[in-house]
Amino acid sequence: MMNPENYLILSALLFAIGAVGVLVRRNALVAFMCVELMLNACNLAFVAGSHITGVLDGQVVAFFVMVVAAAEVVVGLAIIVSIYKTRRSTSVDDANLLKL
Amino acid sequence: MTFPWLTFLGLLPILGGLLLLLPMGKGAARLLGLGFALATLAVGLGVAGLYAAGADLAVQVPWIRAFGAWWALDVDGMGLAMVLMTVVLTPLVMLAEWQPPAGRWSAQVFFALVLMLQGLSLFVFMANDVVLFYLFFEATLIPTYFLIVGFGGPRRRYAAVKFLLFSLAGGLIMLASVVGLFAISASQGAPSYLVADLAQLSIDGHVGRWLMVGFLIAFIIKAPMVPLHTWLPDAAEHSTPGTATLLVGVLDKIGTFGMIKFCLGLFPEASLWATPFMVWFAVVSILWGAFGAIGSRNLMRLVAYTSVSHFGFMVLGIYAFTQASLSGSIFYMLNHGFSTAAMFLVVGYLAKRRGSYDIEAFGGVQKVAPVAAGLLLVSGLSALSLPGMSTFVSEFMVITGTWSRYPVVTAVSMIGVVLAAVYVLRMYQRTMTGPVTDATATHFTGRDLTGLERAIMVPILGVLLFLGFVPAPAAQLVEPTAQAILAHVGVTDPAPVVKGAK
Amino acid sequence: MILFETIAEPVVATGMFTWAWTMIAVPAVVAGVLLLAGKLSDAWGHLLATAAVLWSFAIAVCLFGHQLFADAGSRAVVAPLYSWFSVGEWSFEVGLLVDQLSILFAMLITGVGSLIHIYSIGYMAHDERRRRFFAYLNLFIAAMLLLVLANNYLVLFVGWEGVGLASFLLISFWQHKPSAAAAGTKAFVMNRVGDLGMLAAIASMLAMFGSSSFTDVNAGAHGLAPQWATMIGLFLLLAACGKSAQVPLQAWLLDAMEGPTPVSALIHAATMVTAGVYLVVRSHAVFETSPAAQLAVVVVATVTLLAGAWIGTSQDDIKKVLAGSTMSQIGYMMLAAGIGPAGYAFAIFHLLTHGFFKANMFLGAGSVMHGMNDDVNMRHYGALSTAMKWTFGTFAMGYLAIIGFPLFAGYFSKDHIIEAAFAQNTFIGICALIGAGITAFYMTRLMLMTFFGEKRWQPGVHPHESPRVMTIPLVILAVASVVSGLVMNNWIQEWLEPAVGNHAHEVSLVPTPVGMATMGIVAAGVVISYLVFGRGSIPVKAPATNNPITLAGRNVLFGDQVNDALFVTPATAVAAAVDATDARGIDKAADSSADAFAGLSTQVRRLETGYVRSYALTMLGGVLFVGVVLILSQLG
Repeated sequence: MMNPENYLILSALLFAIGAVGVLVRRNALVAFMCVELMLNACNLAFVAGSHITGVLDGQVVAFFVMVVAAAEVVVGLAIIVSIYKTRRSTSVDDANLLKL
Repeated sequence: MTFPWLTFLGLLPILGGLLLLLPMGKGAARLLGLGFALATLAVGLGVAGLYAAGADLAVQVPWIRAFGAWWALDVDGMGLAMVLMTVVLTPLVMLAEWQPPAGRWSAQVFFALVLMLQGLSLFVFMANDVVLFYLFFEATLIPTYFLIVGFGGPRRRYAAVKFLLFSLAGGLIMLASVVGLFAISASQGAPSYLVADLAQLSIDGHVGRWLMVGFLIAFIIKAPMVPLHTWLPDAAEHSTPGTATLLVGVLDKIGTFGMIKFCLGLFPEASLWATPFMVWFAVVSILWGAFGAIGSRNLMRLVAYTSVSHFGFMVLGIYAFTQASLSGSIFYMLNHGFSTAAMFLVVGYLAKRRGSYDIEAFGGVQKVAPVAAGLLLVSGLSALSLPGMSTFVSEFMVITGTWSRYPVVTAVSMIGVVLAAVYVLRMYQRTMTGPVTDATATHFTGRDLTGLERAIMVPILGVLLFLGFVPAPAAQLVEPTAQAILAHVGVTDPAPVVKGAK
Repeated sequence: MILFETIAEPVVATGMFTWAWTMIAVPAVVAGVLLLAGKLSDAWGHLLATAAVLWSFAIAVCLFGHQLFADAGSRAVVAPLYSWFSVGEWSFEVGLLVDQLSILFAMLITGVGSLIHIYSIGYMAHDERRRRFFAYLNLFIAAMLLLVLANNYLVLFVGWEGVGLASFLLISFWQHKPSAAAAGTKAFVMNRVGDLGMLAAIASMLAMFGSSSFTDVNAGAHGLAPQWATMIGLFLLLAACGKSAQVPLQAWLLDAMEGPTPVSALIHAATMVTAGVYLVVRSHAVFETSPAAQLAVVVVATVTLLAGAWIGTSQDDIKKVLAGSTMSQIGYMMLAAGIGPAGYAFAIFHLLTHGFFKANMFLGAGSVMHGMNDDVNMRHYGALSTAMKWTFGTFAMGYLAIIGFPLFAGYFSKDHIIEAAFAQNTFIGICALIGAGITAFYMTRLMLMTFFGEKRWQPGVHPHESPRVMTIPLVILAVASVVSGLVMNNWIQEWLEPAVGNHAHEVSLVPTPVGMATMGIVAAGVVISYLVFGRGSIPVKAPATNNPITLAGRNVLFGDQVNDALFVTPATAVAAAVDATDARGIDKAADSSADAFAGLSTQVRRLETGYVRSYALTMLGGVLFVGVVLILSQLG
């Protein structure tokens, strides 16, 4: 049996990779994937936590996160597609109108 | 349980206002709005009848139990006076603004906002629960803001924001006091925001003073007293005459109304403590407002400044703590509503023809539009409290009542009486008399007041004159409030010095 | 203090006296009708208004007759009307007091008022706003009657302000003239200063006695603390100064001559301006309690009687000469009223005779102006005695009455005052005597410049006698100027005794030493005036002069300049300062705090770049910060 803390370390690593990806990549799709990576890192942490404590709560939450992630994909991809349609670009830096 | 007349009275115009937001034709909207205003007037008169018949009108339903907040409405003499003033003025304002200025929002929106403002103000005057009062107190700002910003003059945005910020600042300070009241009420048993329950608490000492000051600042801004008055001239100058009437005539009364009902009613000890300060503060307002009016070059500003001066008299009467002065103040609140309405509306008529509120833009109007000039003069005479007008009776009550306690202060404040003659008659002289100017000839010849415009003035001046000659009903209406407050504060009138004269 | 207790309580009105209120109501209602009916009533408005005043006059005469034949104890009648309002312990009733004093006033007001209404029918015949003029006149009559018939100070005050309003409306009747409009405003504002005194007096009475009725105040006055008696006396004096154009509130009266001449005759000579005298006499109990207040009245009166006479000597405007003269004559009345019980009856006596002869002369002046194309400058008159015989004849009666020619009205009334003044204080007596001399001087000057000498008429002016409707009132007033003194001389003291609490003392027709001196001084005044103005020719333009006395007289003793320097300029400056403080002080503070927030937010706004990645970085930074804080707090 592997030390359960290793799952948490892996989760932290995945989360960090995801976070850095969101920060440095300009391509909206890649950034989006990185967000998904972060969400799944969280899922991993939840499941690991559930395993450690022996309570099912973490696993339940993981399902919720998946649902949220699925919904997010729907909305997010729709936004990306519509931005791509109008701007012919998926660079997030091109969509910088959110300022005064 | 009997029919909740007071709830109905307040909800009726709000309902009308919401209804008017639905899309409909312009003519239908105006008639509907006027219909609701008249219905409210009828209900208001009915409520007055019930009150006179001695019916128990109070409504008291638990609302938010955790706070001890109640849906509690009731009217006493003062509340009823304010309610009647509001319901009478609103339809008149609608008629006067039948055709809102071009290039602004539509008449439909104006009527809707006016109705909502009326309903909210009615609730303010009827609320018998501090939280309820606070909520409606703040809620009145919303329609007023839109009335200024939607229909006013060129700098309406500035004026509206200024009005909103001043009022919100006062409201925020008051909110702190409202929360403080909860703490005190909760610490002495079950929390309750009912005015009657809070009045029993006798909140003395530093806490009481701080809480009272919180309320007082909000009311000082509302009733505008120097130096927190500067929003009023701007708001009046840059809004329509109808809006200004409601703003100064009705809404500002919440200030003095609140001082009596909440400052004196909830914190008698703290109010007595504040008296020396407030009395001089009132005198400063009286003189400051009068000089401001003398220095005004704009008719709307002038009327607004006269109100600052008049509010000074009301506050002076409140803090003199005699039956005559306090009754006089309440009566003054009623009269001032009609007097300023008369002034604002006539000024509005003049400006509608001339296209300007500047005093310089007029001259010699009397010759070509004698009715307009006559009505301006009569309105002005009511503002300077000429005997025969009800304003005289109230001002007399305030002055004599205050004199019996503070002769020196009153003597200083009476300079305001002379200044009133100066600002009214100078304004009249500069706008109405003298040779007919070219502009006057162009804009006024053959355009004296229409029948509708004259008809609007009839009830306003009628009330002023009737109560001037027969003030007894109004005096009897407001006196019980004054007596109750004075008994609560524990102050009695000074006895006549010379015994046995009478 | 037995004096006060002997005053009989007024009896409650019955019979005829229950009609007393119609004296006030009829003119008031007619005024309202004429103003509201508009052009509809143009044709008959003036007749209705005149009928209304005649009605009041008829009632007044009937009441007077009733009193005359009633026994002395039941002459004073009080007619309660209704309860105005009450608050606390104070209640204010509206009631009329028809006593020996007020009925004389009522007859003067309605009698002279009727004549002036009739006169005005002719005088204002060509004015397009004649109806309005008559409405205002009726308003005035109603307010003035309310003033003198009120049974308490508050209702008196209502009439007091009402006549102020009517006076304002009538002075500025020709509103298209800026000078008339300004004069009206000035009169109202200066009257308001006096009204403050009235208001303060009523407030003090309420604080002292708990009532403002004449009965209560007179009964309680002797119980007043001396300083309060003085204060109330001074307040009342201030009120009287404002209404009666006494120094220092005199400056409005000469400007008030901008009004139509009948107005000057009725309001600014015969009735309204004498209200101050009425007030002082009515409040005699207060003044008798305070020698200081009485002294103040005497001083003000003496100064005014000399100042008014001084102004009268140097004006060229015929109406302004008469206005100065009015000031001066009211000074005499005030002097008598200030002297105390010995003078009250004489004050009222002079008030009545003055009402007749001054109204006579003002209307005569109006008649002259009527014939001279409304020119008021006496330097453009001359030799009118032949052109306007009736006017001249009636004016001459008024002239003889005012200078105190033996057996004319002023001879009796003024002499009594001068004698009473001598009895009080020799210095005051000498001042009053000098005043009589100056009166003779300036009135003779007026007569000579207007009716005698050579013609100095402007081109195109053709003097003609006025129509009958104007000359008949003149004749009636002239008769009254001649006989009223003789008729009332022995009677008035006794008549007024119950109302004013004086004790009648014998007056004889045989001149006393003071009377002889007065006649001498008056003769000297007439002669000097003749020597100066009667022999040489009068220049058409006022000659330039450096004589300070003349200059001061021409400039109305610099009253306007003093007021400007003391009040108008400072008030304007304060108003400007208030304006500036509001705009640049308070508003600036409010606006700049708003600007400060706006500036701050402009800086903070720069953080919003619009780049999603930078927002994400900020979020991450925030999360890390919170995390670190949590961890550190766990460690701590």
